[in-house]
Amino acid sequence: METNNGPVLRVENIHKSYGDNHVLNGVSFDVHLGDTKVIIGPSGTGKSTLLRCINHLDIPDSGKIYLNGEEVHGSRKDISTYRRQIGFVFQDFNLFDHLTALGNVMLGPVRVLDMDKEAARELAFVELDRVGLKDKAELYPAQLSGGQQQRVSIARTLAMNPRLILFDEPTSALDPELIGEVLGVMRDLALSGMTMVVVTHEMGFARSVANEILFMEDGKILEQGPPQQVFYKPELERTQRFMHKISELYGNEDSL
Amino acid sequence: MVDFEFFREIIFPRLLDGTLMTILLIVLSLLPQVLIGILAAIGRVYGNKIISRLSLAYVVFFRGTPLLIQLFILYYGLPSIGIYLSPVFAAVTGFSLCGGAFQSEYVRGAIQSIKKGQMQAALSLGLTRTGAILFVILPQAMRRALPGLANEITYLVKYSSLAFMITVIELTGAGKIIAGRYFIYTYIFTLIAVIYLVLVTIVTRIQKRLEARLSYPGIVTGR
Repeated sequence: METNNGPVLRVENIHKSYGDNHVLNGVSFDVHLGDTKVIIGPSGTGKSTLLRCINHLDIPDSGKIYLNGEEVHGSRKDISTYRRQIGFVFQDFNLFDHLTALGNVMLGPVRVLDMDKEAARELAFVELDRVGLKDKAELYPAQLSGGQQQRVSIARTLAMNPRLILFDEPTSALDPELIGEVLGVMRDLALSGMTMVVVTHEMGFARSVANEILFMEDGKILEQGPPQQVFYKPELERTQRFMHKISELYGNEDSL
Repeated sequence: MVDFEFFREIIFPRLLDGTLMTILLIVLSLLPQVLIGILAAIGRVYGNKIISRLSLAYVVFFRGTPLLIQLFILYYGLPSIGIYLSPVFAAVTGFSLCGGAFQSEYVRGAIQSIKKGQMQAALSLGLTRTGAILFVILPQAMRRALPGLANEITYLVKYSSLAFMITVIELTGAGKIIAGRYFIYTYIFTLIAVIYLVLVTIVTRIQKRLEARLSYPGIVTGR
């Protein structure tokens, strides 16, 4: 493993516009091994775009991304080798519809890592077990609940043994009673030392699991710090107002 | 009328030969047609500007001109620039190119109906675009395109009769020769129509089998 103590991920001054719409206006932050960073902020402030820029699903207009000290850039093929090291969990799961849960988890190891099918199968069972879905291995996405689909997608990402995982509002498309099972898996991951960057509106999760909160608005990080500070003693009045609104909406008690 | 002796000695062997030739034309054109269709569709959807335009130009030409003219160019036209194709090869080439243009539109529609997230999820795992197309997009798109593909194959069964115009003695050609020689038009052409109907029915059966075998929970089948 790495012996250097540099950040796993360094995001440096990322800008991204769609036409006249400046979505990201110079975002920078570091993620160290084992960090769980939670990005919060009003809708439409570029949180998802930021995640998508990190693994180049969207190409930033300027700025740099470093993964373990290496700049993420180059040909399409180079980008693919970075992407395999960065897990991505989507808001709407995006499981491959034509494959079973097992097939979904096996695809990456077989097609990207050239693992032989038997080994990939065993690995897939291990990862499905980790998200509590070993008994659903033979079911297709259409036969799974939203929460189960999202847990399979997490298993699919884990099978690639990523250096860090990006979560893009992983519970926003779920019925309220299914959110808990996904957050539970994510919390276990964080506790097991997985490096994670999470965009979410789940304040209970943010408070209890994150070691740092990034508050974003208008394509910039306005404030960042440990949950205790950002939640209870925010420096900016804007952060205060957002926190107040959110706690009115979701209640103040920890949901996890 | 036609007695049994005449049927057994004259009609049956010739129509059998014709039917076998028709089946040969269909079988030889089928795979190239579908492969060309897939490639042209991928070129249209995922190719850069040049490849996309080339694919479009191919579709416009072969979909927009009569198949018979295409066959005439291949068989009677190309010798003028020193390319001599056998009748069967010219026919199969024409059927593959013309059918491929139609097939590509079915495949393109199917590819474009796949949710964007499928490609993004595949890329995020570290697959290249080619890998994502091969292992994620096409397996889903081809299932959705299957009814359209099979539809085009039923056309192929029928337009294979145009091969007669470039001297291939397939079912229609064989029938026309006997019908003309013995003046039994109604009898022969009705018989031939029934044979085509049987061939088309076989195609439809195979399509249904394939659809059933390849379906998975949640796929849109229209049933």
